[in-house]
Amino acid sequence: MSDILVTMEGIEKSFPGVHALSQCRFELYKGEVHALVGENGAGKSTMMKVLAGVYTKDAGRITYKGKEADIHTPRAAQLLGISMIHQELNLMPHLTVAQNIFIGREPRQSVKFMLDDKAINDNTQQLLDMLHLKIDPRTKVADLTVAKQQMVEIAKALSFNSEVLIMDEPTAALTEAEIDELFHIIRRLREQGVGTVYITHRLEELFMISDRVTVMRDGQYVGTVNTAETNRDEIIRMMVGRTIYEAAPDIPQNGQQDKVLEVKNLNRGRVLKDINFYLKRGEILGFAGLMGAGRTEVARAIFGADPIDTGEIYIQGQKVHIKSPSDAVRHGIGYLSEDRKRYGLTLGMDVEANVVLAAFRKFLGFLGVVNYSRTRITAEEFVRTLSIKTPSLKQKVKNLSGGNQQKLVVAKWLIADTDILIFDEPTRGIDVGAKSEIYKLLNDLAHQGKSIIMISSELPEILRMSHRIIVMCEGRITGELSSAEATQEKIMKYATERGGLIQTDDAPVPAAYSEVGNV
Amino acid sequence: MDISVATPKALPRSLFRSDATQRILAFAALIVLIVVFSLASPNFLQFNNIIGILLATAVNGVLALGVTFVIITGGIDLSIGTVMTFSAVMTGVFITFWQLPIPIGLIGGIATGAFAGFINGVVIAKMKIPPFIATLGMMYVAKGLSLVISNLKPIYFNDTPEFRQIVMGSALGSIFPQVQVLQIPNAVLFLFGAAFVASFILGRTILGRYTFALGSNEEATRLSGVNVARWKIAVYALGGTFAGLGGVMMASRLNSAQPALGQGYELDAIAAVVIGGTSLSGGEGTIMGTIIGAFVMSVLVNGLRILSVPQEWQTVVTGAIVILAVYLDILRRRKS
Repeated sequence: MSDILVTMEGIEKSFPGVHALSQCRFELYKGEVHALVGENGAGKSTMMKVLAGVYTKDAGRITYKGKEADIHTPRAAQLLGISMIHQELNLMPHLTVAQNIFIGREPRQSVKFMLDDKAINDNTQQLLDMLHLKIDPRTKVADLTVAKQQMVEIAKALSFNSEVLIMDEPTAALTEAEIDELFHIIRRLREQGVGTVYITHRLEELFMISDRVTVMRDGQYVGTVNTAETNRDEIIRMMVGRTIYEAAPDIPQNGQQDKVLEVKNLNRGRVLKDINFYLKRGEILGFAGLMGAGRTEVARAIFGADPIDTGEIYIQGQKVHIKSPSDAVRHGIGYLSEDRKRYGLTLGMDVEANVVLAAFRKFLGFLGVVNYSRTRITAEEFVRTLSIKTPSLKQKVKNLSGGNQQKLVVAKWLIADTDILIFDEPTRGIDVGAKSEIYKLLNDLAHQGKSIIMISSELPEILRMSHRIIVMCEGRITGELSSAEATQEKIMKYATERGGLIQTDDAPVPAAYSEVGNV
Repeated sequence: MDISVATPKALPRSLFRSDATQRILAFAALIVLIVVFSLASPNFLQFNNIIGILLATAVNGVLALGVTFVIITGGIDLSIGTVMTFSAVMTGVFITFWQLPIPIGLIGGIATGAFAGFINGVVIAKMKIPPFIATLGMMYVAKGLSLVISNLKPIYFNDTPEFRQIVMGSALGSIFPQVQVLQIPNAVLFLFGAAFVASFILGRTILGRYTFALGSNEEATRLSGVNVARWKIAVYALGGTFAGLGGVMMASRLNSAQPALGQGYELDAIAAVVIGGTSLSGGEGTIMGTIIGAFVMSVLVNGLRILSVPQEWQTVVTGAIVILAVYLDILRRRKS
């Protein structure tokens, strides 16, 4: 029993309106990699944030090395030897690598309030050397790629001499080579007796790295199994609480149809380089690539949300000038942002108001008075056809589930008469059950002749849905695959094909391009 | 291969990207202004006029130093002007009313500013009131207290003639009486001394590091185990300390504490900070930039006055310059 590092029992946590954790438990041994899996919203991150002192539990017990521990702040957790690498990067872009790693515990000079920057840089260099990371401690974090920033986060967590290391989806932005490097580091830590909690939704990774797996669902503990004694299907069953029927990809063959949208030689700064592609009527065109590959930027450029340097856009063969999103809407293009809560919906308003908001002008009668009976009929119609689950049209949107919110955004764009729909990560934050409904909706829309661009970071989703797949890497299109020839391996190969860079042995490549999203 | 390949790349990029560009622009603007005004009027480069410019920059510059810290954290301090006045009034209370020794009066005045800043910090960090509102409130509170305490009347330092010498005397001039260039008032020494201290705090101390960290990513700073509330309070208290110093300097210069003065000074200080390239969105900024920004403002006002441009128009031009400076900042950001 002496090798139990952490025991969490009966953990309760509520946020306003949400019971996030209910009677949850978790156990971590010394020197094991313990994977924590579950659908989005299952409570994995919340559970670990309780352990890392980010959230304070409402009830329950945490025992650390045999003693009950009271962890109220991130600092308290760090002092105990518990570090967490958060899902969203938690770095200060304006500070250097070394300043980031030692934030909060900077080496001081003999006068206590003075910094010893030499020591900060030297210690960081040692740490980076130990991890075989070729990063200069004096580089500003904003000048690093997302992958490099992730490595800095890991270096930071390790610099605490942590005995418990929590990683929340660490591989989301990494290339295969970088993931190998990360696993290498995790295995080395395991040998040193560090207990690692590995939160992920990539099931294939479980079998590569973990010793045990704990599954959570809807804020509750489902079970813990030894990785060697389980399989993918069992884990999925535990995650969703039922056997789900994974439908075979439904890809209706798409004949030689007219090009609805064509993009030629699109360029924007360092972000987009020579983008050329077309979209046919009734087609679902998948955009694959790693985080920061420039997929969202392509969408935003077409939609007129970002200015472009050069490039031509043709709609139905006609050259168009799109200078703003309103131009794009006039030409029948709709963009469904990956962050629908921020850009797609007015959360505090009801379902009906949200559905008609984008096309309010259509519902104005004499002297600009809103015809509310017509807005209601229209909203009812869309709620029915898209099978949006809501108790009433007056329900506030923030109380709907992610999947139903997504459908609502779709309804909005359909009312605005858009023929080209760009979906950016349409199933992010939506659980498995609702995902298949979104997939069905996308297929239905394509059958009806709408043309769809689907940006997704989930390869199974890209493979399952797309008629054709375009792969991007660092602002360029590096490959195009038909649905018949596409495989995860081929996509990943294109997605990691960095231009003009020589990949040296096993070492990650130094930052050559500034990533898009972190300036 | 231990030393990273990223170094040579990072260097030139940071030159273009950091606030260096804006600082160089501001410095260039300052030079251009000086050249234009000295060509336009022979009076501009007169020794007395230069002293005038330096004096005019001193108080605004000191206020701007404090605001620089606050703005780098991504906050704002609207109370700096009236807190300055409040500090001046309290200095008057200590020295003229209570007849305390002058050094104690000075320290008391500066401490008054620091205390007001501390309260700002507590309201912002503990009560979670947005800096704009919290310091707007403090702006009124300090203004009101100044009027109440002084009973609406200026407090003069007529019993203590040495008091005026603190800022208006010339320490350098008395040491080297024959060198005319050194006959500069102490106010200028205060400004550069304060700038040196500010620069040291920002660049070399833990407080400076956390100032940048807060402005760059407050949540990340918190998750790194830094006591965010405490350091935020420290930053606002530091801003208040500079306002207190400004108040003492103002009182010394005018030989009186004028309770009705002060509102509007915070905007001049913020303008100087912004012209100097400190980003209103936080995370970047320099003391050097702020000093240059403060000089751009006072040279501009002084030059326009020498050219007999009416005061109302001076204000219009100042406003336009501020907008231009922020616009350049936005353009620069858009490129990167």
